Amino acid sequence: MNITKETDLLIIGGGAAGMSTAVSAYENGIRDILILERNNSLGGVLRQCIHNGFGLHRFKEDLTGVEFAQRYIDKIKEYKIPYMLECFVIDLSDDKVVTCVNPSEGLMKIKAKAIILAMGCRERTRNNILIPGVRGAGILTAGTAQRYLNLEGYIPGRSVVIVGSGDIGLIMARQFVLEGVEVKAVVEIMPYSGGLPRNMKQCIEDFGIPVYYNSSVTKISGRERVNSVEVCRLDENRRPIPETAMKIDCDTVMISAGLIPENELTEQAGIEMSSSTKGAAVDECNMTSVPGIFSCGNVLHVHDLVDFVAEEAEETAEYAASYILGNMDVSYSGTIEVLNGEGAGPVVPCRINRNIRAESANLMFRPRNKYRDAVITVKLGSRILAEQKSIALTPGEMCRISVAGDKLSGAAGPLVVSVTGTINN
Amino acid sequence: MEKQELICIMCPRSCRLTVSGSDGSLAVEGNMCPRGHEYALSEAVHPMRILTGIMRVEGIKEPLSIKTTKMIPKELLLRAMDEIHKVKAKAPVKAGDIIISDILGTGADVVATKSIK
Repeated sequence: MNITKETDLLIIGGGAAGMSTAVSAYENGIRDILILERNNSLGGVLRQCIHNGFGLHRFKEDLTGVEFAQRYIDKIKEYKIPYMLECFVIDLSDDKVVTCVNPSEGLMKIKAKAIILAMGCRERTRNNILIPGVRGAGILTAGTAQRYLNLEGYIPGRSVVIVGSGDIGLIMARQFVLEGVEVKAVVEIMPYSGGLPRNMKQCIEDFGIPVYYNSSVTKISGRERVNSVEVCRLDENRRPIPETAMKIDCDTVMISAGLIPENELTEQAGIEMSSSTKGAAVDECNMTSVPGIFSCGNVLHVHDLVDFVAEEAEETAEYAASYILGNMDVSYSGTIEVLNGEGAGPVVPCRINRNIRAESANLMFRPRNKYRDAVITVKLGSRILAEQKSIALTPGEMCRISVAGDKLSGAAGPLVVSVTGTINN
Repeated sequence: MEKQELICIMCPRSCRLTVSGSDGSLAVEGNMCPRGHEYALSEAVHPMRILTGIMRVEGIKEPLSIKTTKMIPKELLLRAMDEIHKVKAKAPVKAGDIIISDILGTGADVVATKSIK
């Protein structure tokens, strides 16, 4: 099949990351842009996020997710940036050709000078976390429950047990209570919450919802519909202790056990993946191993806040714009590897060009434990390049530390990010 | 009053705050901005929250998302939802339209956060 369309910048995904890259690319002088979105409207998951807490960094205002998305939709319309809805991308190749299909134009092959991967992520389901038991009605993910309630107008159950303590689950716990649904328990396999501390406070503690840490749902029972779950405490090897089994009656099991970046297309294109982050291996410009293909937002790594997604996306679009305009130095004099040391999870980006193209490299990662009086350090050999103190850190919150570009210029690798402090799990 | 440890909910930064002292002269530590200071003082004395939720629209399946224009006392959240459940919005609605004014005498209005045609 021949190329049906050519464009300067093709953006895959019309959620927070995709919309912000489009707006930023436009503001950086790119006019020939196309956004491909598989849903029937722009906005991604923000459309169903009716709660507030969005935009505090980006707009210095406390917006709901719906309002945050509308700001970008309005900008895209003002700039007349083209987007294609109900458009499903079926292939991406390393020569920057996208094969996609939509109901009005059928199959298309679009060639781009640069591509930004902004596909976001999907939720872990019951099958991803292997909960034994029946397959009756009433088992769903937090995002699906949120969609049913906020967009479709259905209440998915009357008494709920929440598995996992991710942010969407916590937000839904509060909304369920406000809608008159009984939230029986939150069951978390780890000794700490997977969500933001503020959400534990305002969604769980505010309503006195019991949280069982170091615990797991070991069985779902019921015939056509769920009628109860069995919850067990876990031993130090995370194996259920049968004597601790307790039955909780409920008609709904809601899973909020984390997100999986949707990188099928990235892998199809043969783009190098990071073995630690499981997203694309990117440099300080969020450019992948294929020059001109960039990745940002939740498809690159799962963020806590849409504000940070937008910020990352805007920066990525600036680099994509300079790549398209021929202003980016694409020569390589080698890379500095970025590694996670003691106490730190996988770091994005996983490499920095020796002739660094940015003023500074922003390193993002999650701590491995809850810490008090923590110090984050970035070291090059024995030399400390950056240091940051924090009263408290938790894996539920992404850490960000910046290293000045001039400190990195010409350096050999690797750069090691680590966390020390009092472990407080 | 003994020392109280709080987690600030004003923004997702989730600052760890401590409030100490007695009524009238409370001291706040750990806040990164003035909003945290304000939050700690109000949380120690009388907790307040923004309410967000959904409500029915006459003749349309898709619910309308709504919020209060300012924080209301935490203990009124469920009662405010009861009030919201009693009414149905009428399309067309524009984001920002007032659906219920001065809910439960709190001085906060309930406004639409999206538009429905």
